[in-house]
Amino acid sequence: MAAPCFFSRLWRAALALLALGSLAASQIEDQAKQFFRSGHTNNWAVLVCTSRFWFNYRHVANTLSVYRSVKRLGIPDSHIVLMLADDMACNARNPKPATVFSHKNMELNVYGDDVEVDYRSYEVTVENFLRVLTGRIPPSTPRSKRLLSDDRSNILIYMTGHGGNGFLKFQDSEEITNIELADAFEQMWQKRRYNELLFIIDTCQGASMYERFYSPNIMALASSQVGEDSLSHQPDPAIGVHLMDRYTFYVLEFLEEINPASQTNMNDLFQVCPKSLCVSTPGHRTDLFQRDPKHVLITDFFGSVRKVEITTETLSLQRDSQITESSYKEDRMDEELMEPLKYAEQLPVAQIIHQKPKLKDWHPPGGFILGLWALIIMVFFKTYGIKHMKFIF
Amino acid sequence: MAAVGAAATHLDVVRGKRAALFFAAVAILLGLPLWWKTTETYRAPLPYSQISALNALQLRLMVPVTVVFTRDSIPLDDQEKLPFTVVHEREIPLKYKMKIKCRFQKAYRRALDHEEEALSSGSVHEAEAMLAELKEQAEGSLTVYVISEYSSLLPQDMMSYIGPERTAVVRGIMHREAFNIIGRRIIQIAQAMSLTEDVLAAALADHLPEDKWSSDKRRPLKSSLGYEITFSLLNPDPKSHDVHWDIEGAVQHYVWPFLNALSAAGNFSVDSQVYNIDPKAYNASELPVRVEVDMVQVMEVFLAQLRLLFGIAQPQVPPKCLLSGPKNEGLMTWELDQLLWARSVENLATATTTLTSLAQLLGKISNIVIKDDVASEVYRAVAAVQKAAEELASGHLSSAFVASQEAVTSSERAFFDPSLLHLLYFPDDQKFAIYIPLFLPMAVPILLSLVKIFLEMHKSWRKPEKID
Repeated sequence: MAAPCFFSRLWRAALALLALGSLAASQIEDQAKQFFRSGHTNNWAVLVCTSRFWFNYRHVANTLSVYRSVKRLGIPDSHIVLMLADDMACNARNPKPATVFSHKNMELNVYGDDVEVDYRSYEVTVENFLRVLTGRIPPSTPRSKRLLSDDRSNILIYMTGHGGNGFLKFQDSEEITNIELADAFEQMWQKRRYNELLFIIDTCQGASMYERFYSPNIMALASSQVGEDSLSHQPDPAIGVHLMDRYTFYVLEFLEEINPASQTNMNDLFQVCPKSLCVSTPGHRTDLFQRDPKHVLITDFFGSVRKVEITTETLSLQRDSQITESSYKEDRMDEELMEPLKYAEQLPVAQIIHQKPKLKDWHPPGGFILGLWALIIMVFFKTYGIKHMKFIF
Repeated sequence: MAAVGAAATHLDVVRGKRAALFFAAVAILLGLPLWWKTTETYRAPLPYSQISALNALQLRLMVPVTVVFTRDSIPLDDQEKLPFTVVHEREIPLKYKMKIKCRFQKAYRRALDHEEEALSSGSVHEAEAMLAELKEQAEGSLTVYVISEYSSLLPQDMMSYIGPERTAVVRGIMHREAFNIIGRRIIQIAQAMSLTEDVLAAALADHLPEDKWSSDKRRPLKSSLGYEITFSLLNPDPKSHDVHWDIEGAVQHYVWPFLNALSAAGNFSVDSQVYNIDPKAYNASELPVRVEVDMVQVMEVFLAQLRLLFGIAQPQVPPKCLLSGPKNEGLMTWELDQLLWARSVENLATATTTLTSLAQLLGKISNIVIKDDVASEVYRAVAAVQKAAEELASGHLSSAFVASQEAVTSSERAFFDPSLLHLLYFPDDQKFAIYIPLFLPMAVPILLSLVKIFLEMHKSWRKPEKID
């Protein structure tokens, strides 16, 4: 009789202790999160596609998908340097001009209506890329082609194309080595051109490109290890080429779930595209990064969360008699004074676009297909004669 | 016949040997140095030792203070000791590689007649008005007037007063240790008006290994040659609000006086824009209510925020000190001085870091070409840093600030010169791939013939020994 009572009391006490302990732990964890928040005040993105020619459509689609996600999460065009080595949207072989698709059956057009390409076609060279990173740009360069970051900028660098062990091919004629890239990042660090850097690369043997980094505050992700190839995802029969690479395809799907208020962290990004889906083994490098990846939000790099401060002091100025005093005060000002001063979340976060690729409705085959079949049937009957029809029916 | 033939071939052989030796000599003595010289990168000499000396630079910030004693402020025998100069130097404890010392050079003197007259007027504002007409004070310098202990110039409970221009008033004391006591009060006042540890720590915030998440340290704008200020009016509902704001008048009357007071710190340009967020719904009917924005209230907030953005902190006044009301421009003259001190130190720290990084970079990556104009910018930057340090030590704030700006500009120009782009990294296997097809076809015959000659010579040395 006594034993069950005793046990139930013990059980209840244990539960209570557990609850208290978890509450305390979560409070400490909140404080720790506060402490480990990033010290950045602005975000930049440098997105590079290094391949040209129609059959490298997927590299342009990769870059444009990341561009799209980054813009959707808030980084403005003025803070994005987009380098595309070839123009797929207006390529003569594109059956759907002015579009670049990332999902087959043309479900998602990542080209959009407001893409701004900063370095296009033959301007995408190793030299220009390194100039953008290090800031050693000739004075005549327009502002949109510059990376004007400072020591409080978080920069996302995404590169895609054909690569090998220790190099990345640019435009089929030159290459950038991992040592040059590491030196470029070191020069950026020396001049404090970044607060934290996220480097993502989707090429064959991509992990070799981040092996040589030695500057602090860099986190790197790659789509495949040394000795492995990164594979493409799916071809589209109408367009005739592979549309995306696997790693970036799954990264895009992951990013579509993110909105500017998400608390998803980098550890989730590391899990994107496991070997079963990607065939290659994605890798990452965090030893140079000071914060723990589980405290780093995705929006620290992919989004542009602006910090707003509300001040409470004012100066007192003497009214100038020359300015006509107006007695009509704006209604909004009074409202603001009554509410407590806080920066409410003004983005309707819950309604942020969830652009899952929508399935297209079925349409009957177009005129061309009908005509082709009609021609085939006509030739068949011409060859074999109507009288043979009786063998069919 | 055979002997002649043999002699002929022997001659040929000798000629051949001489030719091979000649080829080898030309290749090694002429070719190798030529190839070395033509493939080396041009690097103009840089003052590496001076750049590393900059890191150990000792900055001495001198504030010249003139202390004026009126007749009843101190005991008579102390008055007879005037005029003389007292120096108070203190090192600022910051975890920074450059040592910074603050030096207050106090020049004590007796008051002149017109100053006595001014300081015996009814209120401190009248006194200031009378004193200010007479001379314009240099940037960075201060004047402190010492009045009698029982003077009615200040309210009874106040020991000191800090004015909007570079003047302050302190009560004297009739005591044996008058000079020491008054000296300490003056130092407190002078520090509040010029250099405190906080001002310098904020200036060097980026270079100190402190925690970087305090918003006070992150908020101020970095030192720069110029600033562009844009005032934007957002109207999210132009359908129902027809907003008017007299921005031009407000900028003319409130913003430009403030920016003109700050003009020593940089160039400014101001513009404004209006955002109507719902453009397609903008039609003129009677629904838009006319709204006039009260620009004075708006500018009060904006000027306070501009002060925060420029890093002009709330002054830390010593106890029992009366702080004068702010001027109409919103900026006291000695606050500008504080800003210039902070900016000069920040500029020098930035320039030094840039030059040191450049030197490290050029040392590490040996392939970078250093052109002459880059080298001259570096020399100019080093000279400007040294000049700025000298000017700071002698108390000339405005020329020190200008020199520090020049140092930053030159060092940045040198660091970001487009010609410094290093694209000359060749992995070893690529180097072999380039040189082997060029040099091997030429080198192999020469080497083989040299080896053959050497072996033959060796044999011919041996032969006489054998015979003997």
